[in-house]
Amino acid sequence: MSTIGSTIAGTIRPERPLASGRNGERRPLSLIFLMLLWLSLLIAFGVLVTLVITIIIDGQGQFSWRLFTEFPASDPDRAGARPAILGSAWVIGTTAVMTIPLGVAAAVHLEEFADKKNWFNRMIELNVQNLAAVPSIVYGLLALAFLTMLGVRDKNIVIAGALALSLLILPVIIISTREALRAVPQEIRQGSLALGATQWQTTWRQTLPSAVPGIATGSILALSRALGEAAPLLVLGALVFVSFDPNGLLSGYTTLPIQIFNWTGRPQEGFHQLAAATSVVLLGLLVIMNGLAITIRNRYQKRW
Amino acid sequence: MSTIASTGGPATRPDLPVTASQFLGRRRYGEIAIRLFLRIAAAITVITTVGILIALAIPSIGFFAEVPVFEFLFGTRWAPRFADASFGVVPLVTATAWTTVLALLVAVPLGLGAAIFLAEYARPRARKVLKPILEILAGVPTVVYGYFALQFVQTTVFREWLQLPTGAFSVLAAGVVMGVMIVPTIASISEDAMSAVPQSMRQGSAALGANRMQTTLRVVFPAALSGIVAAIVLGISRAVGETMIVAIAAGNQARIVTNPLEQGQTMTGFIANAALGDSRVGSLEYDTLFAVGLLLFLITLLINFISIRFVRRFREIY
Repeated sequence: MSTIGSTIAGTIRPERPLASGRNGERRPLSLIFLMLLWLSLLIAFGVLVTLVITIIIDGQGQFSWRLFTEFPASDPDRAGARPAILGSAWVIGTTAVMTIPLGVAAAVHLEEFADKKNWFNRMIELNVQNLAAVPSIVYGLLALAFLTMLGVRDKNIVIAGALALSLLILPVIIISTREALRAVPQEIRQGSLALGATQWQTTWRQTLPSAVPGIATGSILALSRALGEAAPLLVLGALVFVSFDPNGLLSGYTTLPIQIFNWTGRPQEGFHQLAAATSVVLLGLLVIMNGLAITIRNRYQKRW
Repeated sequence: MSTIASTGGPATRPDLPVTASQFLGRRRYGEIAIRLFLRIAAAITVITTVGILIALAIPSIGFFAEVPVFEFLFGTRWAPRFADASFGVVPLVTATAWTTVLALLVAVPLGLGAAIFLAEYARPRARKVLKPILEILAGVPTVVYGYFALQFVQTTVFREWLQLPTGAFSVLAAGVVMGVMIVPTIASISEDAMSAVPQSMRQGSAALGANRMQTTLRVVFPAALSGIVAAIVLGISRAVGETMIVAIAAGNQARIVTNPLEQGQTMTGFIANAALGDSRVGSLEYDTLFAVGLLLFLITLLINFISIRFVRRFREIY
């Protein structure tokens, strides 16, 4: 929509809403309509604010460095989320290593190399769109069945969780990478090809470097989705009492969302406060990741 | 590849990407290998889908060998762990239907209201601020929503403030909070659809004397309808597949839900809960997980394809 807008900018500016006559919004019905529109935004924002305030107030009593340094315990006042934080770091790190190269490669194929009329490539496109909307818990079942097939007894290991999350965010990374590649102007490719570069050289030396900010932004957003995801890991049995630091791909683990789920389900009030405090930590991490993504987009993205 | 290409390069077709195959000189085996790798990477997405189907189907076959399909789909008692086990999925489906409908009752008006405001009323600068804030709602982890639904909406608002006759859990709390989660999904796709409606249509409407509300409701909204429908359908798909909110706040007693203040176990809630218990591989209990998963997958698959079709339609028109 904005691409069309920019080409004919100067004559009219379609991005700008059409202003109607001064009297347009004075009729009572129009006014009520406009107020309803405002109200719907206001309610949505109100819930967001309420949610944040709720978890901050609930978690207030349990905020301390203990949350980062201690292991879970049966006494809420001595328990911490240290293994969950480390577990999240391990799982998300492994997911990133597994899924970003794969997603970018698939997107490069679809955007730069694939013949769009070919039935197989069309099927892949449709398939990616559908995969992006498959419920996350189904990916957990997929990983569970896969590990069972391989004969893995203990499924609560870092690599298994990362596998489920990788498959979950793969379509997201593919879709955002394709958008980043599409934003690179055709002239750059043509210029490179005109100088005698092969198609792969063009992609590797011109197109991909130009698209890196967009790819980075999309990947970080996808990883932040994986960071908040709990359902697939729950299916793989991540809800366990972990009193050690995860230390490898085959190590047992728990993650922040799973730890929050665990503490929310306990009857004692103290654990609920811990869950709220941990939620604040998780939200804080997500804000940092999103901030990073937005910074990269604003600072490095080229405008052609 | 073709003879024309090797002599003169590609004909000028400005819309199509230039492909190097049209300039092909000597064979480059490294590039062929790279292309093969890229193709395999893309094929992995297809393998994933096939994998999901196989992973769900094989244990389901084991399940349906013991439980007739008819009994599964239409049975009204879900008690897989009891001594006299019963596998009627209807209670799970009704709970899923309740949470989904409640979520839509919240998400459709709020999402469309937000979309109309952003697409038709907001100035570019306001939109630039408001849209990312709205998107935050989609980024909040679902466990955090679950905590909020249980501790604040259900316990504080419903039980303490409103004194509603409800227990520790309710499908209402889960559904309403899930609705808020879906608002950005519906808002952003609907907004795209409305922004894609050509400006000339709005100008035409304004020229005939319609004010902005009339233009929005009678011109832009109908023109963007297929995109809006796609947005709502995708919202349904997300609501049906959402797990953590219902696992935390909707309760875990599988019975037919007749009242939103009751608790109920959804399909996803069952899978999440059953996975907590140690079910032996190959046991009927383990297979049950996958049978419910298969049903869930097929429902969302159907919904997704409907949504994709509607999206294509609105892309084709403008």
